[in-house]
Amino acid sequence: MHLHKYEKIWLVFGMASLVLFLLIIGFAAFWKGTHPQSHIETIDPQNVEAHDAFKPENLGIREVADGKYIVNIVASAFNYDFGKDTEGNAIKTIRVPKGSTVLYQITTKDVVHGFQVAGTNVNMMVEPGHISRYEAVMKNVGEFTIVCNEYCGIGHHQMYGTVEVYE
Amino acid sequence: MGKRNTVQHQPNPHESTHSLKGTFIAVMLLGVFILVSWFGFYALFLSR
Amino acid sequence: MTKVQLPLSKKESRLYMAFMWVTYISLLIGGLMGLLQTLVRSGKYTLPFNIDYYTILTVHGVILGLVLTTFFIIGFQFSLMGKTVGISDKQLKVAWLSFWVMLIGTIMAAVTILVGEASVLYTFYAPLRAHPAFYIGLALVIIGSWIAAFVNFRQLYVWKKAHKGEKSPLPAFMVIINMLMWFIATIGVATSVLVLFIPWSLGYAETINVLLSRTLFWYFGHPLVYFWLLPAYMAWYVVIPKIIGGKLFSDALARMAFILLLMFSIPVGFHHQLTEPGIDPTWKFIQVVLTFMVVIPSLMTAFSIFATFETTGRRKGFKSLFGWFKKLPWKDVRFLAPFIGMAAFIPGGAGGIVNASHQMNALVHNTIWITGHFHLTAATTVILTFFGITYWLVPHLTGRRLTPRLNKLGIIQTFIWTFGMTIMSGSMHIQGLLGGPRRSSFSEYAGGEQVATWINYQIAQAVGGTILFIGILLMVYIFIQLTFFAPRGVQEYPIAVEEDDAEPTPKILENWYLWIGITIALILFAYTIPVIDILKHSPPGSLPFDWPIGR
Repeated sequence: MHLHKYEKIWLVFGMASLVLFLLIIGFAAFWKGTHPQSHIETIDPQNVEAHDAFKPENLGIREVADGKYIVNIVASAFNYDFGKDTEGNAIKTIRVPKGSTVLYQITTKDVVHGFQVAGTNVNMMVEPGHISRYEAVMKNVGEFTIVCNEYCGIGHHQMYGTVEVYE
Repeated sequence: MGKRNTVQHQPNPHESTHSLKGTFIAVMLLGVFILVSWFGFYALFLSR
Repeated sequence: MTKVQLPLSKKESRLYMAFMWVTYISLLIGGLMGLLQTLVRSGKYTLPFNIDYYTILTVHGVILGLVLTTFFIIGFQFSLMGKTVGISDKQLKVAWLSFWVMLIGTIMAAVTILVGEASVLYTFYAPLRAHPAFYIGLALVIIGSWIAAFVNFRQLYVWKKAHKGEKSPLPAFMVIINMLMWFIATIGVATSVLVLFIPWSLGYAETINVLLSRTLFWYFGHPLVYFWLLPAYMAWYVVIPKIIGGKLFSDALARMAFILLLMFSIPVGFHHQLTEPGIDPTWKFIQVVLTFMVVIPSLMTAFSIFATFETTGRRKGFKSLFGWFKKLPWKDVRFLAPFIGMAAFIPGGAGGIVNASHQMNALVHNTIWITGHFHLTAATTVILTFFGITYWLVPHLTGRRLTPRLNKLGIIQTFIWTFGMTIMSGSMHIQGLLGGPRRSSFSEYAGGEQVATWINYQIAQAVGGTILFIGILLMVYIFIQLTFFAPRGVQEYPIAVEEDDAEPTPKILENWYLWIGITIALILFAYTIPVIDILKHSPPGSLPFDWPIGR
């Protein structure tokens, strides 16, 4: 089989570019630990409250150290449960200062959902029986819409929340 | 078809390196496009 | 390669046309659904009769993604086989069986969706549960396509026995590669549907393993998109050179590209599951590497196409660096439509590399960028090439010809499509980068600036979608003209031949045991350990959920 000289150069160039991409993302993933979320912890979807993080009183945001937060969420069709405020109303907005490190932990009681803090790299599948977990530094100030980005039923587009990052 | 020999009786147009110059430039531009766009999106990913 | 094309008998033409009919009816129905979706998402229109957005979204995805593509591809591939290796009466009968099984399955699934019993989208992710008829219908479509695959295998086998020592005709070789890939890949989704979904939807199994069902789906889901793309590549490699008055660039390289596509299209499904919680990230990365390998045959294809253009142009005497490019047959729609398809694959392919880039996938996963992406690759690259094939295939089959007027309408169609898709897909890409989700009806969410920006892009998508629907109406009109009303005549079936002095194709390229063996080895390598992991670390299974989809 004969390859034209130019085709050889082109294929070497093309493959070298692909290798370069792989080296960059591979280095970031294996040395810097920025894998896509893959938490591999399982849970009974019919009894998520048995897990400490998803007990009703532990839902929502909690500061665990200076500038470090954990947000626990239970998803269900068609709602994100961020817990209740002191007056007993459902929380819909998470507020954190700019530059804080936030660990999002979420699971679902029923069907598959998505969890994306739109405009950030927090973007996870949420599947029954699994805990999704992703830590992100909230670098930019603004109001970011949390959207369910995996179809979960006829009310899918009404499933949302907000993350507010302030100065 | 496969039984034909490869002896060239006249200059073979698709063999002279000159004749695929345009192709070469075109694919290299394509390659540069892929590189530039990938790094652009990677930068966006890092900025978030 | 055989120089003589076999004539297509009336009987076989009727079969191939049956597949084309389902294709264009699907285009009309699926396209209408697409139009309605973009209108709903603009926020300025609500569906009549209480029809649910997700019902029409399911129809759109199933009818265009699974039905239109599969019927067109199998019909076109049958015609390629008929042209190059022939079909016997018995094979023809079995081929008709495949058509009917697929059609019955399609109708079953479509009716179930339309009555609102299967608003689960074309990915039917558990534990949303559709009516069993939906899954059974899908299984029949797959089984029908397997019958077609085995007819194709038999056709080549019979030809090979009669032509000892000859290499198979290139188009037939390509068809066999595509059907092999399809068969190996659909085993995954068929297992998922037959073993997991059907018993569970009927109530025989109480729970379902969600992650396993998704993994089996995506084991099929990525080769599915290559099953769409390969027929387009067939046209680019063997049809386009003939239309522009040239010859094959290289028989051997074309075969090599197809073999690589067979090997690397399948062990890559995890790149659709990169943001899932239950899969080991190292195995995700391994499949990312394999995904990048499947880019290589496309790089080869790009070179091949440009080289065909340049060689042909230079032979006609165009000397300057890009003179050959200007002189391509731009006014011939059989060339123009696939050409735009090729051009769309440049941003489409580049976007695909971004999507598959492991952690970078979080930038775009399940945003409407993805929808924009496959409307470039599938709904532009693939479909414009399919339209380009239709312009000569249908009149060839009906004994008519593509008149200058229809050619002109085709060119207008191509421009409408390009224009509409640039607007729609472009705005989807941008909105996706801004975080706008896919598969979502109109919503203002919590309000705010971010959402307001998304809605502006959704209005742009409605404009693009409307233009595209006009393009669909025009295409269906052209199809009907070519079928019933175009003047009788002879329309060429363009298949390019090799150069007279082409190098012989190495025999090893037809060593099926070798290539299938490597393909299976790669699949086992990429999937065995992660699937064992998934099974070993399974959470309690999921009960079915009917109410979220309004059942």
